[in-house]
Amino acid sequence: MSQLFFGYFAGMIVITSILVVALRNPVYSALSLLVMFFHVAGLFITLHAEFLAAVQIIVYAGAILVLYLFVVMILNVTQDDRYHSQWRIAGVVCIPLFIESLLLLSGGAGAVNTGSRSLQSGPYDAIPTDNTLAIGKTLFSTYLFPFEVASLVLLVAMIGAIVLAKKDIGQRET
Amino acid sequence: MIPISYYLILSAIVFLTGVVGVLIRRNIIAILLSVELMLNATNINFVAFSDHLQDLGGQVFVFFALTVAAAEVAVGLAIIIALHRSRSTINVEEFNLLKW
Repeated sequence: MSQLFFGYFAGMIVITSILVVALRNPVYSALSLLVMFFHVAGLFITLHAEFLAAVQIIVYAGAILVLYLFVVMILNVTQDDRYHSQWRIAGVVCIPLFIESLLLLSGGAGAVNTGSRSLQSGPYDAIPTDNTLAIGKTLFSTYLFPFEVASLVLLVAMIGAIVLAKKDIGQRET
Repeated sequence: MIPISYYLILSAIVFLTGVVGVLIRRNIIAILLSVELMLNATNINFVAFSDHLQDLGGQVFVFFALTVAAAEVAVGLAIIIALHRSRSTINVEEFNLLKW
């Protein structure tokens, strides 16, 4: 049953991520990215990360993608006539990497499984059933300093976005 | 139980799709969407290993990656708007100010 779910989510993620790159209209690209975000959230649920699935839908699908769609609508972009001339470089970079990763992973699957068994035999903290509670405790105890730094990152991004997109600053100088 | 290598293969495919998108698209918004694809591929990896190793640190790092992604989108879209205001295009081949 879990393999059925994984197959569905993985297939949809791969198809929609290829559509993001292949579709020429940016609005259609953004909408297929939306479908991909929902399926990644489903994959997170099968991996017992319910809090992250909710955050994925709220932040990615709810905030980031809406921001993209706003900008696409504001700028009134026409679709690309053709792809960039760098597609040969892209093929040269990616096709060997892809084949290599497939070979490594298919060859190393047994080694990975034995490694996991040795890891899981040792004592470890099991992920509790209440995922949100556990993440909150970890976030505010072990990772408290990175959490504060993340708030600083958000502040800098907010100020930077306002300064960059404000119309008066560039026009006053000219 | 799904082996961890399946998640790695899925994440590698999505990441390479993002790399191809960054390299071949001309629309700068589509390039940013491809960067989002790459970030999601790393998130899949983090959560898969978090479940595999029974360690919550991976999920916390997905949380931080999400924060950085939101900041990147805000600043990136502001740069795109500023560029569109000065050049009135978003085709990356028109932006050659820093080329020599």
